Amino acid sequence: MEFFLVQSLNGISYGLLLFMLSSGLTLVFSLMGVLNFAHASFYMVGAYLAFQVSSKIGFWPALVIAPLLVGALGMLVERYGLRQVHKHGHVAELLFTFGLAYLLEEAVHLIWGRSAVEYRVPAELDGPLFQIMGSQYPIYRGFMMLVSVAMLVSIWLALTRTRIGLVIQAALSHPQTVEALGHNVPRVFMLVFGGGAALAGLAGVIGGNAFVTEPGMAAAVGPIIFVIVVVGGMGSLAGAFIASLLIGCMQTFAVSLDWSLAGIKVSQVAPVLPYLLMVLLLIFRPKGLMGTREG
Amino acid sequence: MIQRMIGAAALAAAAMFVSFGAQAQTVKVAYIDPLSGPFANVGEQGLAEFRFAVDRINKSGRLGKVKLEVVPFDNKVSPQESLNQLKRVIDQDIRYITQGNSSAVAGALIEAVNRHNERNPGKEILYLNYAAVDPAYTNEKCSFWHFRFDANSDMKMESLTTWMAGQKNIKKVYLLNQDYSFGHAVKKAAREMLARKRPDIQIVGDDLHPLGKVSDFAPYVAKIKAAGADSVITGNWGNDMSLLVKAGRDAGLDVNWLTYYAGGLGTPTAMGEAAAGKVKIIAEYHSNVENNKAAKWDADYRKQAPKGNPDFYFLRGKIMWDMFAKAIVQAKSVEPKAVALALEGMRHDGELGEVEMRKSDHQLIQPLYVLSIVKSAAKGGPKNAKIDMEGSGLAPVTEARLEGYTSATPTSCQMKRP
Repeated sequence: MEFFLVQSLNGISYGLLLFMLSSGLTLVFSLMGVLNFAHASFYMVGAYLAFQVSSKIGFWPALVIAPLLVGALGMLVERYGLRQVHKHGHVAELLFTFGLAYLLEEAVHLIWGRSAVEYRVPAELDGPLFQIMGSQYPIYRGFMMLVSVAMLVSIWLALTRTRIGLVIQAALSHPQTVEALGHNVPRVFMLVFGGGAALAGLAGVIGGNAFVTEPGMAAAVGPIIFVIVVVGGMGSLAGAFIASLLIGCMQTFAVSLDWSLAGIKVSQVAPVLPYLLMVLLLIFRPKGLMGTREG
Repeated sequence: MIQRMIGAAALAAAAMFVSFGAQAQTVKVAYIDPLSGPFANVGEQGLAEFRFAVDRINKSGRLGKVKLEVVPFDNKVSPQESLNQLKRVIDQDIRYITQGNSSAVAGALIEAVNRHNERNPGKEILYLNYAAVDPAYTNEKCSFWHFRFDANSDMKMESLTTWMAGQKNIKKVYLLNQDYSFGHAVKKAAREMLARKRPDIQIVGDDLHPLGKVSDFAPYVAKIKAAGADSVITGNWGNDMSLLVKAGRDAGLDVNWLTYYAGGLGTPTAMGEAAAGKVKIIAEYHSNVENNKAAKWDADYRKQAPKGNPDFYFLRGKIMWDMFAKAIVQAKSVEPKAVALALEGMRHDGELGEVEMRKSDHQLIQPLYVLSIVKSAAKGGPKNAKIDMEGSGLAPVTEARLEGYTSATPTSCQMKRP
């Protein structure tokens, strides 16, 4: 029972981290129709910037500054790169972000080297939050969950309850009308892309020290966040949230199982299960769990 | 008469040496390892150390006018790409290769080298393996053209379990390994050898996870905890190693981590002080080792080491180059076949004791150490933990030294000599 409880907490907190990672991606996709392959790279850049800033002035300023810097980088990318490429259609955009991912990785190599950097959890968040029958639950995991939930709520509020959110939504379906009403639609897109990048950056600030900040970190999470976006339904924020929790818990519980099928233990294939889920979903329900468009 | 004959022979030998040494010539050795992609840092570390060693050998003049040169080839740790690079090596008429990262790559290279040498007599290629540790390559798949300077994974497990046999507080062991050939080899060896040396030890869990695909090890840690293990044996390396130890610390898991690669590049930094006092490593060298004849070498290397890779890691690399140079001198030739024959059975006065390139399977027999990772002396650790790892505040100290014979496992190799 206690084992079940510990594993549930592990599953939920991992799921929430996955949501942090994929929310920006799904946001940019739903609002701009751009499938951003460089999203995980923004996550990595966020972690490295947080390392740099926190080594100078501490973790808490880094928590704010690093995502803002990544957001600014995202806006520059949109303004001077993506906007030019946009004319040539979605394939060109896809290839552009694909190339960008490589560029960012090389840039990280050049600036910070090829090894892991020493980016640590701050002392005040380091330690056990509570104990369940002898198993500690770390404060930092609690903090991660908190930030993730706050992120979900604020994105949802910003999109549905603020003026800019309404303009963004309108710009998606009726760009000409919105432009005729005097709004600068390209600038709206720039803000959205920057916002998506900033969310990835924030995930980087938090994931970078929870895990390891090294140049391979983008490649390590890249595939799984695409799985979440596909399973949740392309462009659906709620879908991404549900898919994140589902995949987090599924992986965690699969690890705990010692059942075996044809000599292969379930725990052995646990990290591959999300991909299986994605393939099955694409066959039987291509729009994803909460998606609105077919295929 | 006899004396005159010996004298003449010595003279002839000297003359041959002169004629071989007098000919200015560069022996190129292709370094086929990852120099881009996720394992580039590991590949660059080896390259930097080898260039340092070769530079020293060249300056020492012990090869006469013969110079050694390391030529890098990037294989991206892919067996397929390694074969492409091997073709380039052959095209450039380079006759020696060295590789270490990934046994999958090593397997592909051994096969390709065997085939090439069979078809191109007189153009043979010799393969110096400094880190790929799948036991098969000095057993059923052994080759005359392959020499391994690292203890294979069974030998390391032999030493580790010999040490464990004396550790009475180890009672319940959990095996957690990466799901590929090396992880399987570690798991199998651990089970067999523990059953032999410490039948009272209970194996309370045995898991495999995909290589490099797990970012959250918390579920595994919860499982280890629930199983009541006091020690975990793992062959994990890279992030799979550091994330595991970090997750263990976060959950307050109190176990000994018995590892192969917790000292690998970047891993001490990533583990941080979670590792202090908890992590053991089986290896042939560490910078704080007692009676270290490589201490000056180590210090000199650090002075010019590339930024980000400050530590001296591969003593076996130094030994490999020293033995290679010695073999060239003994063979009085830079031809791979002659050098290979000289290397076979060679004994060498290594920096931490004598080593031997076993003739029957081309496996180097060398002393191994069980190291303990502790806080460095500067951070309040023991006095002998002087040199830290990567500036991480962690430092290795010797837990036990295991002489070469403890790990000299028998071989099933039936070597086909040309």
